[in-house]
Amino acid sequence: MNREDFTILNNGKLIYFDNGATTLKPDCVRDTINDYYNIYTSNIHRGDYSSSLKVSELYDNCREEVRDYINAKYCCEIIFTSGATESLNDIVFGFFRHNLKKGDEVLITESEHASNVLPWFILQKEMGIVVKYISLNENYEVTIDNLQKAITNKTKVVSLAHVTNVIGDVRDIKNIAKICHEKDIFVVVDAAQSAAHEKIDVVDMDIDFLAFSAHKMYGPTGVGVLYGKFNLLKKMIPCRYGGGMNAIFNNDGYVELKDLPDRLEAGTPNIEGVLGLCECIKYIKKIGLEKINKYEHDLRKYLIDRLSELDFITVYNKNNNGIIVSFNINGVFSQDTAIYLDKYNICVRAGNHCAKMVKNVFNVANTVRVSLSFYNTKEEVDLLINVLKNSKNIWEEIL
Amino acid sequence: MDNDIKRSIILDNYQDNSNRIIPDNVSEYIKINSNNDSCIDNIDIYVKINGNLIEDIKYYGEACVIAISSTNILRNLLVGKTFDEAKNILRNYFNMIEEKEYDNHLLKEACVYSDISKQPSRKTCATLFARGISKILSQNDK
Repeated sequence: MNREDFTILNNGKLIYFDNGATTLKPDCVRDTINDYYNIYTSNIHRGDYSSSLKVSELYDNCREEVRDYINAKYCCEIIFTSGATESLNDIVFGFFRHNLKKGDEVLITESEHASNVLPWFILQKEMGIVVKYISLNENYEVTIDNLQKAITNKTKVVSLAHVTNVIGDVRDIKNIAKICHEKDIFVVVDAAQSAAHEKIDVVDMDIDFLAFSAHKMYGPTGVGVLYGKFNLLKKMIPCRYGGGMNAIFNNDGYVELKDLPDRLEAGTPNIEGVLGLCECIKYIKKIGLEKINKYEHDLRKYLIDRLSELDFITVYNKNNNGIIVSFNINGVFSQDTAIYLDKYNICVRAGNHCAKMVKNVFNVANTVRVSLSFYNTKEEVDLLINVLKNSKNIWEEIL
Repeated sequence: MDNDIKRSIILDNYQDNSNRIIPDNVSEYIKINSNNDSCIDNIDIYVKINGNLIEDIKYYGEACVIAISSTNILRNLLVGKTFDEAKNILRNYFNMIEEKEYDNHLLKEACVYSDISKQPSRKTCATLFARGISKILSQNDK
């Protein structure tokens, strides 16, 4: 649905199934960014002229738009970053580095993206925290039972993707957070894969920190969001210092920082990125997240049903509830499959999808991943299936 | 070379798993990992050296058809060669990949990748093994 909103979809025969890597951008996002460059280029919060005042106002309104989208209590709980990776790094190094001690345990899973693994590994090395893993069930999911088994009296943080990027399972964050908070455990959520597809309510779900990127939700690259509860965020130590975040500094080294959110946004921000993020959120709201969610899940079921007709395909996550499908043509390396599909303008991702520990879960290191969006159609799925059916000729096609 | 013959050589070598194993007596081998940043090819190369001679090579890992087949072809070319002979073969191989002059008699079956430069993204696949083994040869040259 809404394919007419995307020039790129109307310019050729592109079948784009790599929405977990990045989504396509609707014309309204492109136009918003163009307007910033064509009509009112200027810095924010620094000029006394009309274009600067206008862009400052637009920029500040973006924070309200994001706040409303995730139902945060206050605008100042929304920090603009370069993306989910930077958000997660800032959460780990700006907050937890100063609030954990040696021996404290952080729980993640083996299906997390590198951005929710490596910062914790660094803290483990630097200060002796212990990274542990919640066991996944037979469908590669986090169960409440396994979470409770993994928690010890040293557990201080549970850091999980809302939706994982290889398996695509949707975690029950609300119940996970409830259990964690009963034991004074912080809850960090990587929402990179979910922000454009699943409803997020940080108050109802009781999330302490949240991270997501604009480019996986029809927005521009290089911009994202760090959400933190106000009382936690105000204890965060900035990872970057410079213009825009200081109130006073003197030659004797005295520095006074601004209040939230400015203190955590040093330097001129990615203004056109933030404006683009704002526009993509408006765009998603206009279509309706519930409608998107239903459409995408129906399409996912159709894709699984059709793939199941092919006895030479192994699907690794048939029983999950997300919109990511990982599979292989039996006996064919995933990258070769991706190159073959590209001959038919079908874009998929091959590999471990930045979740290098997932091989311990799937017992296969690399898969072909189809990640869906609302602009994908049953006709596109049918084309994929037809091309896969003809994959007996794969070597003639790619060699 | 005819395309069908090329494809047949590539597939034969892709499917030949006789040396795609971790050697039993692994302590006698020097190991190096070779991977491609731009894709997901990733193999461990095991080389057994005797003086100035390459006595055996095994490899293990996951990679695409071009990376695995070229690994197998070059492995077969290099086993039994001296360091100097092996370096000469590899020099010619890199020259071929980069569309420079090379000796096709030296490269034998490896000539199936002579036009890989037409697919720039696959040049790194075709040189996965060659880059790894070159490091071992330069590190262990006496």
